[in-house]
Amino acid sequence: MTKISVRVDQENVTDDVEPRMLLVQYLREKLGKTGTVIGCDTSNCGACTVHLNGRSVKSCNVLAVQADGGVVDTIERLADDDGTLHPVQVAFRECHGLQCGFCTPGMIMQSVDLLNENPDPTEEEVRLGLEGNLCRCTGYHNIVKSVLYAAELNKRGANA
Amino acid sequence: MTTIEEAPPAAPEIGKDRRRKEDQRLITGRTRWTDNIALPGMLHLAMVRSPHAHAKILSIDIEAADKSLNIYEVFTGKHLAETQGVVVNAWPITTEQKTPDHLPMAIDEVHFAGEIVAVVAARTAAEARDAAELVDVEYELLPAVLDLKEAAEDKVLAHPSLGTNKTAFWQLDSAGQGTGRAIDEVIEEARADGIVIEREYRQQRLIPAFMEPRSVVVDPTGEQITMWSATQIPHITRFLLAATTGVPESKIRVIAPDVGGGFGGKLQTTPEEWITWATARKIGKPCKYTETRSESLISAHHGRDQWQKLTLAATKEGKVTGLKVDLLADLGAYVGVVGGGVPVLGAWMFNAIYKWDAYQFNCTPVLTNKTWVDAYRGAGRPEATYAIERLMDELAVEVGKDPLEIREMNWIKHEEFPFTTVAGMTYDSGNYEAATAKAKEMFGYDALRAEQKQRRESGDKVQLGIGISTFTEMCGLAPSRVLGSLNYGAGGWEHATVRMLPTGKVEVITGASAHGQGHETAFSQIVADRLGVPFEDVEILHGDTQVSHKGLDTYGSRSLVVGGEALVLAADKVIEKAKPLAAHLLEANAEDLEFSAGRYSVKGTDQGIGIAEVALATFAAHNYPEGMEPGIDAESTYDPVNFSFPHGTHLCAAEVDTETGQVKLRKYVCVDDIGNIINPLIVSGQVHGGLVQGIAQALWEEAVYDDSGTLVSGSFVDYLLPTAADTINFEIDHTTSPSTTNTLGTKGVGEAGTIASTPAVVNAVVDAVRQFGVNDILMPCTPERVWSAIHGSDPGKDTVEGAMPHFDGGNQEDNQ
Repeated sequence: MTKISVRVDQENVTDDVEPRMLLVQYLREKLGKTGTVIGCDTSNCGACTVHLNGRSVKSCNVLAVQADGGVVDTIERLADDDGTLHPVQVAFRECHGLQCGFCTPGMIMQSVDLLNENPDPTEEEVRLGLEGNLCRCTGYHNIVKSVLYAAELNKRGANA
Repeated sequence: MTTIEEAPPAAPEIGKDRRRKEDQRLITGRTRWTDNIALPGMLHLAMVRSPHAHAKILSIDIEAADKSLNIYEVFTGKHLAETQGVVVNAWPITTEQKTPDHLPMAIDEVHFAGEIVAVVAARTAAEARDAAELVDVEYELLPAVLDLKEAAEDKVLAHPSLGTNKTAFWQLDSAGQGTGRAIDEVIEEARADGIVIEREYRQQRLIPAFMEPRSVVVDPTGEQITMWSATQIPHITRFLLAATTGVPESKIRVIAPDVGGGFGGKLQTTPEEWITWATARKIGKPCKYTETRSESLISAHHGRDQWQKLTLAATKEGKVTGLKVDLLADLGAYVGVVGGGVPVLGAWMFNAIYKWDAYQFNCTPVLTNKTWVDAYRGAGRPEATYAIERLMDELAVEVGKDPLEIREMNWIKHEEFPFTTVAGMTYDSGNYEAATAKAKEMFGYDALRAEQKQRRESGDKVQLGIGISTFTEMCGLAPSRVLGSLNYGAGGWEHATVRMLPTGKVEVITGASAHGQGHETAFSQIVADRLGVPFEDVEILHGDTQVSHKGLDTYGSRSLVVGGEALVLAADKVIEKAKPLAAHLLEANAEDLEFSAGRYSVKGTDQGIGIAEVALATFAAHNYPEGMEPGIDAESTYDPVNFSFPHGTHLCAAEVDTETGQVKLRKYVCVDDIGNIINPLIVSGQVHGGLVQGIAQALWEEAVYDDSGTLVSGSFVDYLLPTAADTINFEIDHTTSPSTTNTLGTKGVGEAGTIASTPAVVNAVVDAVRQFGVNDILMPCTPERVWSAIHGSDPGKDTVEGAMPHFDGGNQEDNQ
């Protein structure tokens, strides 16, 4: 067992974990952060995407011990404390960017990172930026639309 | 009661692009997936699976596993033999169907690689998996039959005890049933003086690949045993648990919480559910099993997998006269819950929208030593639509006409509805001319044809192809007595309850069990309109047999056309039931009341009362008419009178790089007629998602086995689900001919995109390279196959031959 301390969704937590424990297992099993989900075993689907120190990672591809001393943000604290949704969340609902919702936490966290990096992406840039996240319901059409709309919302917010 | 009351907003909910009620939870991570459930003392299960396609189990040594840290129990099939029940086939397509016994956990023999032979229960999932590795199983390998055509020859048997691999033979013959002429006669006529087109098409094996891996939790403590499962069919699961494990149905509660996609893949009662059930009961503690993605891909049922031999007869002018279909369908190692019924559903669909003199459909479902095959989005109709829409293109080439023209020559005209087809189905409504005209215009058909011509003439290395699919399908599996005549093990009805709460809110219970479709939103819209209450005040309850005791769940695009109609009937009953009470409160005669926009009014006066007030009055029950009970809740069970028949015209433009074989989608337009639309936003999502699943069959996906029966596409590295970068935006629109089989005028939309798009894409690819002498390319149309077709007129080899061997030796003998 290895002791780790992580700041997860703005709370400091400390645990003894097996060195082989994945970050996503730590989030789900130890912290009950079940908003983040597991969709595959090969880092293909991206359903487990969270932010580690401000950048998106597939949390099935990071060991919990690697997050020691770091900051992890998940879908569960993306909205403001008062419940105000993040523009990407708003956009996914507005553009019907989800159906069953299983890929959605990863898809949204990846989209947030994508827009942080490139606030005004083209459709092609969005498609390439989401290549690591699989969705089986939407055919991606409305997901791409959602991200472009979120970029629009961000711009409006910045100009307001 | 009041005489002045704010009228609810006049705009009807039906037709509005309401944002979904479901989304708030899903976008904030407040979800209830089965794998999220953690109960006190809960144990985690791991399965030990056979690596062999066909083998005798000689011995299982569980000692090392049993002695591992934090292991509670290790069970083999022998331990569970008395309590595990069986996994059933609920649709034997003939009374003589040969159906192998399907034990959840194998005891003596395994019949596909992935079959479960032992289960480990441990304190954590990781410990369970570690211990599962220590279970030592000794096998004696038996010959395995993997190839569908070889299996049909019965040289090697998947289940030797059955004596054959062929489970049944099922035929629909137009002469036999009096809906058309004799097929052989019509084909002979065409051979003498017409056109006969003979083709053999392959439907490759697909994997539904829902995003949420299957998971099941069973809590045997308490008066009822509770099962949570990532399933499409909680009601059917409850019934079959009772029927096969001896636990009274009243002691079973099945809950489908948030379910992350299904596409038919969760329309199954699974060995994993049954084993978790048996293990939890035996140990007496809650148990959870969640599969890994690889386990999901090797053991959750697959889809499609057919060889289709087709003979189309036509006149010299291109008027179709006869169609003969000979299907071989691979069922894998066991007959699933719907099993052989899936290919049989194609029987009424190969004839499609065209008018025939004669038709014959022959189907032989066959067992092999591979993963079982059952419903996958479209189930039977995509296979049929693919075959006929490919053939219509071939006929157009033969006659020398535009493929749209040849279709129009042969399809049912809009004024001919209702139309009884050569297969015996009565299509209630449709307008193929309207949908096609709209699609052609949106697509810019003539301009693209001109560009195609120009590219061909200039010898452009990138050729353009145009693919057409003027599909129809049948959905909302219906009426129960017809299903009975087909030997189907259940009815086709759906149930709904409307509860009027004293505060004016409305609870609606539906037996349809959503897993991503948006029932909560669409059903709220229907009920809000019917009862004249605000959309926000309607709560849809589903997926828990304790709340929704009666239902037939969600599959086959049935939820709206069958479940929606049940809602309408239940709501109408509430309105009728509340009327005497409203009259009583208004001191008027019930006959003088009319109900509109949530309000009973006395005709010709300004007197009225809202339905919420009536609901409150039943709660207080201080003042109600004698002889009436103080309650206005109502329920309804609706048995549909017919299927509904959505249709549409799909047009696809694809660019094929003749130097690399790479296919690029350039434009995709579809105009679907799905009758009246409840929520256009949800419809668009269903269409987009359906399209991509169908396109993926055409271009990317295939479940591939090596020659020892190992699934080599057993992870998302190898099974190619499309990504955002592979797909394009779609242009979708609708024409509307309301269905006459339900009061809402709706038709199903869940599967339409998948059914229509596969042939549209392959037709486009073949159209792009037809000048090189190509008339078929096997799916998926990979760059290699397309290139080979162009350069050698070879439609491609079956993927098995091209598969990388899973082990170094590459064959079974080397891997013992």
